[in-house]
Amino acid sequence: MTYESVIGLEVHTELATASKVFCGCPTTFGVPPNTQVCPICIGMPGVLPVLNKKALEYSIRTALTLNCDINEVTLFDRKNYYYPDLPKNYQISQNYRYLGVNGLLEIVVDGRSKRVGINNVHLEEDAGKLLHPSTASADYSLVDLNRTGLPLLEIVTEPDMRGIKEAQIFMMTLKNLLQYIEVSDCKMEEGSLRFEVNVSLRPQGQQAYGTKVEIKNLNSIKTALKAIEYEMRRQSRVLDEGNQVIQETRLWDDVEMVTRAMRSKERAHDYRYFPEPDLVEVRISKEWQEEIRRHLPELQDAKKRRFIEQYDLPEYDAQVLTSSKALANYYEECLRVYNVPKAISNWIMTEVLRELNERELEPDEFSVTPVHLASMVKMIDSGTISGKIGKTVFAEMVETGKMPDLIVQEKGLVQISDEKELAGIVAKVVAENPGPVSEFKKGRQKAIGFLVGQVMKLTKGKANPQLVNSLLREQLK
Amino acid sequence: MAKISEDDVRHVALLSRLYFTDEEIRQFTKDLNSIFSYVEKLRELDTEAVEPTSHSLKLSNVIREDIITSPLPVDEALANAPEAETGYFRVPKIIQEY
Ligand SMILES: [Zn+2]
Repeated sequence: MTYESVIGLEVHTELATASKVFCGCPTTFGVPPNTQVCPICIGMPGVLPVLNKKALEYSIRTALTLNCDINEVTLFDRKNYYYPDLPKNYQISQNYRYLGVNGLLEIVVDGRSKRVGINNVHLEEDAGKLLHPSTASADYSLVDLNRTGLPLLEIVTEPDMRGIKEAQIFMMTLKNLLQYIEVSDCKMEEGSLRFEVNVSLRPQGQQAYGTKVEIKNLNSIKTALKAIEYEMRRQSRVLDEGNQVIQETRLWDDVEMVTRAMRSKERAHDYRYFPEPDLVEVRISKEWQEEIRRHLPELQDAKKRRFIEQYDLPEYDAQVLTSSKALANYYEECLRVYNVPKAISNWIMTEVLRELNERELEPDEFSVTPVHLASMVKMIDSGTISGKIGKTVFAEMVETGKMPDLIVQEKGLVQISDEKELAGIVAKVVAENPGPVSEFKKGRQKAIGFLVGQVMKLTKGKANPQLVNSLLREQLK
Repeated sequence: MAKISEDDVRHVALLSRLYFTDEEIRQFTKDLNSIFSYVEKLRELDTEAVEPTSHSLKLSNVIREDIITSPLPVDEALANAPEAETGYFRVPKIIQEY
């Protein structure tokens, strides 16, 4: 039987604040364990959480961008469960009055626009990290509470996605948007963007939803997609065999690449939410909302239009360069060093994007910084190196991260623009290639290309091509 | 009127990772029922004209600027831990389940 998949997502994103959501501990990633903790986030008795204003503003900014209605009064609640990554034995979250509700995000699938409903957006605190020693004999786990209390925004969609492609486009569109509005770096390898997925199947054409399964533990878009794919296959097999899908929570096993049912008795879903007595209500006035809306960072469409106008770029270039905020920033930083919009755009759209994709890097992680690239393009324009040598220099910058002038110097790549030196080489090529020379003299213009090629070969690509061309024409008169 | 069964008490105990003897379960069931009956009395009050509230304090927007304060030194952070190892809290083995 052919089934249609119905997919909903819960997206968790760590907000890019300097301090945690309810205490002043720093939020730096990758520091030694338990060095970013204090009595509040470690759960000592008698301490009081105080809400971080920026975490709240980032949450409102996100909710507004996702077209949510903002609740004028929003409340925090305790979600109770026992697990060693949660020192208080409850997580401060929102359950009874979310920050934002009834939103939507528009995505484009195969050229058609589609709206995905956002059920709610709410703010909570992240939990700590557990380490499980790999030795089988180890009978303990280790706990690092640095992550405990980081501001975590949860975005819950309606089950509006059909099929894996829509889910993928939604996740990528949302990630891009969160980066554009500067609320999160969305670094998946650092856990800044995590997913939980609801998947159900129904026979093609049926209206009623099938039984849904929730999958947890998905730490990247790629993993989420693999889990959805696996779950679709598993559920269709269950249904084809005439059995029922059981409503349950399953965990993604990244090693075996399967989902597994959670042993639910060990962790009953009974969170006994109740209002957090340590935090008072938050009032978000219309004026405050408007102020946040006025200060929204430039979004993709606006940036694209500006690039077309300000830098006189073709629409295609502007579209590619604004496809992510990080790439747009990279481009504009290049222009600050050397302002030749189209030349820089050409290099980014070809060489830079190819390397970034191949290496799965973000622009800000790339060994070729805007200063590297812009300086190199400047060396081409000033005639120090040829465009062809530029590609060699670029490859070398990718590998070593060295500045282009240093590479050119070390490798002796400076373009030969000395007329006397080149004239000698040109004369030699003319003497050694009587065939093409006579063809050219008979009027076959194309033959000159071969002769230029020979000069380039002898100079290892360093000859100034325009100069070679004019010298050849002169000698062949 | 709420009536708490022994199963309710066992369930809540499990959620809180508390383990009781049968005798203790019986005792807690009895105690909790009497506490609940007492609290039930509140229902007799007429609250028609009282607005629902989530908090006893008439306060809103108690918030702080996003400013870093210095965290605890790691040995102080771990001072109350029954067991610690190389900067980590050490706890009984947990099978990863979420
Ligand atoms: Zn803290």
